[in-house]
Amino acid sequence: MPIVKVDGVEVEVPQGATVLQACELAGKEIPRFCYHERLSIAGNCRMCLVEVKPGPPKPQASCALPAADKQEIFTNSPMVKNAREGVMEFLLINHPLDCPICDQGGECDLQDQSLAYGRGHSRYDENKRAVTEKYMGPIVKTVMTRCIQCTRCIRFAEEVAGVEEIGAVYRGENMQITSYLEHAVTSELSGNVVDLCPVGALTSKPYAFEARPWELRKTLTIDVMDAVGTNIRLDSRGRQVLRALPVINDDVNEEWASDKTRHAVDGLVRRRLDRPYVRKDGKLVAASWDEAFAAIKAVDAGSSVAAIHGDLVDCETLYAAKALLASMGSSLLEGRQTGMDYDTSSLAAVNFNTTIAGTETADAILLVGTNLRWEAPLVNTRIRKAIKKGAKVFAIGPEVDLTYRATWLGNDLSLLGKLPEEVAQAFDSAKRPMVIVGGAALKGGHGATLALAKTLNLVRDGWNGYNVLHAAAARNGGLMLGFAQKGGIADVAAANPKLAFFLGADEVDFSKFAGSFKVYIGHHGDKGAAAADVVLPGASYAEKSGTYVNLEGRVQRGDRAVFPPGDAREDWTILRALSAVLGHTLPFDTLDELRAAMGVDTPDLATLGLKTFAWNPPSLDAAGSGEVSYPIKDFYLTNAICRASPTMQRCSAEILHGQDFAEAAE
Amino acid sequence: MADAPKIPDEAETRARWGAFAWTPENQAKADEILARYPKGREQSASIPFLDLAQRQVGAETQTQGWLPVPVIEYVARQIGVPYMRVFEVATFYTMFNLAPVGKYHVQVCGTTPCLLGGSDDVLAACKNKGLSKGHTTPDGLFTLTEVECLGACANAPMVQINDDNFEDLDYDKTTALLEALAEGRAVTPGSQTGRRDSCPAGGPTSLKQMVDENHDYRGEWAS
Repeated sequence: MPIVKVDGVEVEVPQGATVLQACELAGKEIPRFCYHERLSIAGNCRMCLVEVKPGPPKPQASCALPAADKQEIFTNSPMVKNAREGVMEFLLINHPLDCPICDQGGECDLQDQSLAYGRGHSRYDENKRAVTEKYMGPIVKTVMTRCIQCTRCIRFAEEVAGVEEIGAVYRGENMQITSYLEHAVTSELSGNVVDLCPVGALTSKPYAFEARPWELRKTLTIDVMDAVGTNIRLDSRGRQVLRALPVINDDVNEEWASDKTRHAVDGLVRRRLDRPYVRKDGKLVAASWDEAFAAIKAVDAGSSVAAIHGDLVDCETLYAAKALLASMGSSLLEGRQTGMDYDTSSLAAVNFNTTIAGTETADAILLVGTNLRWEAPLVNTRIRKAIKKGAKVFAIGPEVDLTYRATWLGNDLSLLGKLPEEVAQAFDSAKRPMVIVGGAALKGGHGATLALAKTLNLVRDGWNGYNVLHAAAARNGGLMLGFAQKGGIADVAAANPKLAFFLGADEVDFSKFAGSFKVYIGHHGDKGAAAADVVLPGASYAEKSGTYVNLEGRVQRGDRAVFPPGDAREDWTILRALSAVLGHTLPFDTLDELRAAMGVDTPDLATLGLKTFAWNPPSLDAAGSGEVSYPIKDFYLTNAICRASPTMQRCSAEILHGQDFAEAAE
Repeated sequence: MADAPKIPDEAETRARWGAFAWTPENQAKADEILARYPKGREQSASIPFLDLAQRQVGAETQTQGWLPVPVIEYVARQIGVPYMRVFEVATFYTMFNLAPVGKYHVQVCGTTPCLLGGSDDVLAACKNKGLSKGHTTPDGLFTLTEVECLGACANAPMVQINDDNFEDLDYDKTTALLEALAEGRAVTPGSQTGRRDSCPAGGPTSLKQMVDENHDYRGEWAS
């Protein structure tokens, strides 16, 4: 490995590292605009100039220069200082000085770096260039005069999102970044270009002029829009969450987040349940907590009680409900709202065993009944990375655009029993084969894919290539806590419980529970609340500290960003208070006590981090049959929070349903 | 920015050019072009395809040709490349016209050697013939563009009209050239003063014996 000297300090750098990376290893900060560690190297901003010996007697762009043995690098010589000042002066020639009205102000790379590396003044007194605004869709607001042409957004769209709709047109001084013919960018990851943009050219449209970064309280938590468990930071001011940003976690989301993760937060202040409701004469009427609890007590359910959870619920709520039901003498727990009834006797058989990061290293991938781009966009980007390394991808299911080329075998699960020759060949020679089964394929293909795990030898030393992809953030936690009946929700309905708790469950067919007294504990006035007999206002993911298990079995915990609105309370406290009224007082008074009890009940939830499940698949009928229909019909409107979000509604209308908003913008 | 072409209305060009496809002759040419590049490198054919498409549009409209958006998209589909990537190429090179041009696209070089050689006179001649920068004359004959160096500096000033260079111009020669084109008379490309290629104006000043035949100067070198 090459040993280089950075400002006189020797460092050993990995083979293939660049001079810029060597400087970072030595603890030196190198200013940069176009270089980004997760994108290809462009080398066009020239901000990262350093002096390198041996080499030509001029500053060199460190991001594009490989570090070589015995190199001497200087990052603070007069030549470097001059070069940086010069580059900065050129960059600022056409950059408007509109920081006071720019949303990037306070978190702007150009602002920070001109302060640290620029001259104090400009010598330029000609006219500045102006560029017209470009329309890029409902998420990205553009002020293109501010653009410094770093091309990060172009490279992101091409390399990570896989949607080659952003590009640079014209040339020289006239070069402009634009989306193709100024149509909305049809990517579910487009919001990431806002974070990538080092200046204020691309900013967030829903967040425009909302707040300054230094006014915001930043809370680290976990996203619940899909089962990936994206690590996010919620920026809030007062009682409102203003934006969600991804936090770097290389094992989960790298540093990306889907548009739904970022922009569904404006749904957190709309259609909220902020007081209890009790149904009187067929209508829901606002009530006090005592009245609501009394109405539930009046049911006198005994042990005839069930709990069904929705997609966004944290483990603490689930455990509190489980404990309440256990003390009442029932174990009718279910979380698969839409009626799925796959076998859960072995969690390894319904888990994403390869892990999200491991997906990158796979060399043969078979997708069974999953529209990955919508069910888990950030797993989809990992598959794009695997393809770049040479992986072959096959897919069974209705054809969709996954942003990469997959060989579509057809939409028939019986194909699993007789895979075409080319698939067999690819898997035979594969060292790290991988099958990803979508929730939609579990009904007709769970046994068949488990049989494939054996015949294709998916589980081998240090590698488990059998994966089930869940789409609900609460799913894996729910399964670990035992929220599953053998026959799915049909078993619960068949038991005809007197009292049924719906924990944020909105997708249930409530007509099956006509005989039950329905209690909805949740945060949004959506389908679940409309069908309930008593509504108890709970907290959304931003308003409680919760534990979530993502699709690969990673236990993660988030903090509370804001307080729930009005009379709403954290869900576990509601269940705790209700338990006292019902005469089955739960044995915990604080969140810590609850977590301790939950850790005893389910040891895997006692600690954070990735949990692996022993591979002992159940023996199921190995014949696959039936066609797949993807469960997500509209990526932007999958849960109660998104449905309440104006941004998500507009994304859905514009990007998926082709409604034209371009003229109405600004 | 002011000089950036205004891309014509999308709906109209789609109606007019949406059904664009190679003519049989151009199809043969396109196949031949595509065969030059290895499989998986079809993107390399972007520029020759755009050129071919512009010529076909030119033949259809009796002009030098231009590239309507649907034609650019057709080219992109032919080589299996996202529209944006071909659109970028088409906007980058000045020989691709993004707006309709006249029958003769007069590109006057205004870069330093031509400017010193008198390109202002050439432009003045164009202006007096009714041409104005960035516009097509009402009769649809001429479109005038001022461009940067076209690489004929030894013969400055020069203009490029469609595929031909006309060099060693002055005010009168430019006027005569435009009149000849307008009347449909034959014109001779190249130097308008009659010199061959970029030979020195007024005859050679050195290596004079090399003009007609090869000559061995080595015996005459001072040792």
